[in-house]
Amino acid sequence: MDALINKRIKQVLKGDQSAYSDIVSLYQQKLYQVCYRMLGNRHEAEDIAQEAFVRAYINLHTFDLNRKFSTWLYRIATNLCIDRIRKKKPDYYLDAQVAGTDGLDMYSQISSSDRLPEEEVERMELQERIQYEISQLPDKYRTVIVLKYIEELPLQEISEILDMPLGTVKTRIHRGREALRKQLGNL
Amino acid sequence: MNACPKHIGEYMHEYLDGDISREHEIELKAHLQSCDNCRQHMQELNSTIAFVKSAAVVSVPLDFKQNVMIRLPKGRSGAGVQRWLRRHPIFVAAAMFCILMSASLLTGFNDNKEFSVTKQPNLVVEGQTVIVPEGKTVTGDIVVKNGDILVKGSVDGNITVINGQYMASTANVTGQIDEINQAFEWLWYKIKNGGKEILSFLGKNE
Ligand SMILES: [Zn+2]
Repeated sequence: MDALINKRIKQVLKGDQSAYSDIVSLYQQKLYQVCYRMLGNRHEAEDIAQEAFVRAYINLHTFDLNRKFSTWLYRIATNLCIDRIRKKKPDYYLDAQVAGTDGLDMYSQISSSDRLPEEEVERMELQERIQYEISQLPDKYRTVIVLKYIEELPLQEISEILDMPLGTVKTRIHRGREALRKQLGNL
Repeated sequence: MNACPKHIGEYMHEYLDGDISREHEIELKAHLQSCDNCRQHMQELNSTIAFVKSAAVVSVPLDFKQNVMIRLPKGRSGAGVQRWLRRHPIFVAAAMFCILMSASLLTGFNDNKEFSVTKQPNLVVEGQTVIVPEGKTVTGDIVVKNGDILVKGSVDGNITVINGQYMASTANVTGQIDEINQAFEWLWYKIKNGGKEILSFLGKNE
């Protein structure tokens, strides 16, 4: 896999733009998934995941071929997601609601401080509820929980993606798990 | 329940991360057997994880890849220029200075709208389109100004198109292909090539 990817990267660097489409094919599902779970909105996830691939393309010459390409890609994508989450302003949510494509989207528009009424939360379908609870996590816990339990990445890789000591990743995962447990109450 | 040692909570997370030591694990299990509160806490953590892991895969939109490819900066030379500009802001400043100070650089771009092409054997010119015919090989570099180039045969060298388009069917070009359509790229091209090639080329055709 890494040999194939490195071959494609070299082709792109030599000027063969079409070789990049193979790279996109291989990682698009993973990257889109992470962005969707981070942002809770298909429209935004698509935009940010595409932006991540574009940034990776532009900066491809800085990628160290001895490293794992997916780690580098995840890093670009999670940084973009966190930027987007932090830039969100309350008036943005009104626009997002119009652009949204399904019911799951509306939960991303509620900032994590204000929870919906409990009876409304209990009426949710499982998948709706999962996304809602993830979106309620503060972004530093949300990132590690998504990478660990949705992407199922090893802690060491998460530490490389986030450029953070392994100990910090563990602490965040511990706190993220506790925060989720409290949110879920007696599930 | 206040009697529970604080480190039991930490051991629970060590256990969940799969990096608990043998001693900690024994102590944790012994405690969980005797303490309802901690046992419930552990159970809740396990359910929490199972809950998050039951998230369904959300499929990437069908046109995702296509849209990424559309969003990529056009062509390698374009990307190169953008990258270069980002990494060398001082040169951008210098280039702006050039634009202001040396009108002669840009006159080459603005004032010469007429079509021209490097003279090479085997080249066919139709209107403002230069053609490398099928089955023919052009050896050497080709520069087309204010016109297009259509490569049906092969070129053993570089192709530069200024204010025009490069078109190819099953072209075989050994060198680089550059399209220069903006004043800035024109300037960049001049800086990159020390201006020599283009100046001599313009001199020949004027
Ligand atoms: Zn206890």
